[in-house]
Amino acid sequence: MKKLIIAASCMLALVAGSVQAKDWKEIRLAFDVPYEPFEYKDENGNLTGFEVELAKAMCKEMKADCEFVIQSWDGMIPGLLARKFDAIFSSMSITPERAERVNFSEPYYNTPGGWFARKDFNADVTSKEDMKGKVIGVQRGTTMDTYATNEFGGIATIKRYTTADDMVLDLEGQRLDVVFVDYPVGEQTILTKDAFKEVGKPVKLGEGVGVAMRKRDKDLAAKVNAALKKLKNDGTYDAIMKKYFSYDIKM
Amino acid sequence: MPDFMAQWLNQNDIFTAMTMMEYWNGLVNTIQLVFLSLIIGLMCAIPLAILRTMKNPFISGPVWVYTYLFRGTPLLIQLYIIYYGIAQIPGIQDTFWWEIFREPFYPALLAFALNTCAYTTEIIRGAIVSTPAGEIEAAKAYGMNWWMRMRRLILPSAARRAVQAYSNEVIFMLHSSAIASVVTIVDLTGAARNIYSRFYAPFDAFIFVALIYLTLTFILVFAFRKLENHLLKHQRPVGS
Repeated sequence: MKKLIIAASCMLALVAGSVQAKDWKEIRLAFDVPYEPFEYKDENGNLTGFEVELAKAMCKEMKADCEFVIQSWDGMIPGLLARKFDAIFSSMSITPERAERVNFSEPYYNTPGGWFARKDFNADVTSKEDMKGKVIGVQRGTTMDTYATNEFGGIATIKRYTTADDMVLDLEGQRLDVVFVDYPVGEQTILTKDAFKEVGKPVKLGEGVGVAMRKRDKDLAAKVNAALKKLKNDGTYDAIMKKYFSYDIKM
Repeated sequence: MPDFMAQWLNQNDIFTAMTMMEYWNGLVNTIQLVFLSLIIGLMCAIPLAILRTMKNPFISGPVWVYTYLFRGTPLLIQLYIIYYGIAQIPGIQDTFWWEIFREPFYPALLAFALNTCAYTTEIIRGAIVSTPAGEIEAAKAYGMNWWMRMRRLILPSAARRAVQAYSNEVIFMLHSSAIASVVTIVDLTGAARNIYSRFYAPFDAFIFVALIYLTLTFILVFAFRKLENHLLKHQRPVGS
C-alpha cells in the first residue's frame, strides 16, 4: 500500500511538472555538440557558439528559463517527439520531410555547403564527367547528403558518416577524394590544415535553418518567432553573428 | 527486381523499390562479412586452441595474450583501431596494402575475424581440456601417437562439446556485425540508418531491419539444431 502511495505521488509530481511547463517559462533546448562555430565547448567546458548565444538572447527575450540539453544528431527528432526536450536549436535545415514531423520556426540562418579536398585534387565538382568514380564523403541525413545523392548518386561513390570528425579523418587518410560539408564546418576543421583546399564554389542549399518544435506546441512556435524577429531587427543578432563569422549568414 | 513488384512497392511511402534494394544490398554485405569472418575465425581457432592447451608456456602464452586482448576489449574499439589506425601509418597509402585497406570491407573483416577467432579459440580449448582422462589413457594404451589421438579422439569429441557454445558465438557475431556501419559499410544496419535519416521514420526503418536479423538468427538456430542432432546422435535414448 505504502509503495502504491509513493508511486502515485511520483506520478502526480510528474504530471504536475509537465503541466507547469506549458506556460513556457522553462524551455529545454537541444544541441548537438560539437558543431563549430555554432555550438561547442570552450576550453573551460562551457557550452558556447553562435547558436548557443543566440538561444541565450532568445530566452532572455522570452523571459524564459532555458535548460541546454546535449543530444547527438541521430536521435534529435525522436528525442523531441519523446519530450526529452522542447526545441531543437542545433542547425537543423528546414526540409519538407522534416517539416512533416516537426514544426519549424522562421529560418534564422543559412550557410552554403562547401567542397573540400586534398591539395592534389583537380576535378570540377559541378561536372558529372569529372566526378565519375570519385569517392565523396557527406554527413548522413544532411542537406549536403541529399544534394550529393541526387547529383552524383550512381556516378560517384557516396560514403555517409555520422560525425564530421570521422569524415575528415578519412579524407586525411585518402579514403575519400572530396567531402561536401556545411561550409563553416569545413572552414573550421578542414581548411585549418595545410594539406587541404576548397574546391569549386559553395552551393546554396535548402531553405535555411530553423528552430524545430513539436507540431502541437504552436504557442511556443509563436513566441520563438516573435523573439527571433526582435533579435534580428534590434541588432543583437548582427552583433552575435559578427563575433563568429566573417561573412553574412543572416536570413 | 521484377517490374510488377517495383510498382507494387512504390505505392508505399517508405518501403519503395529503392529502399528495398538498399536493404537487399545491406543483407548481402552483412552475410558476406559475417560468413567470411566466421570461416577465417574458425580456421585459425582450431590450431590456436591446440597450441593454447600445450604445456610449454612459450607456446601457450602468446595465444593466451592474443585471446585475452581480443576478448578483453570491445569489438567497436578494435574496429576503430584497425580502420582509422591503419590509415594513419605514414606512407601506407603508397604501398600495395592500401589497395586492400582503402575499402572499409577488409579492415572490418580483419577486426571481426580476429575477434571471433579469439572467442572460438577459448571455446574449443575448453572442450579439449574437458576430454575425459580415461579416454586419452585408453588411446595411449592402444599405442596411438599424439597426432592420432588428436585426430581420432580429442578433436571429434571436443567438436561435440563445443558446438552448442559455438552456435552462440555465431549468433553474437551476426549481431556484432551491426557496428560495421560506423565505418561507412552499408550493411543491414547501415541501410536502416540511411533509410531512417532519409525519411525520419526510426520505427519503420529499424523494426524492418530487426525482422531481417530475426529471420537470419532463426535460420542459424535451425541449422545448428540439425548439426547438433547429427553430432550427438549417439547420446539419444534408444527408440527416440
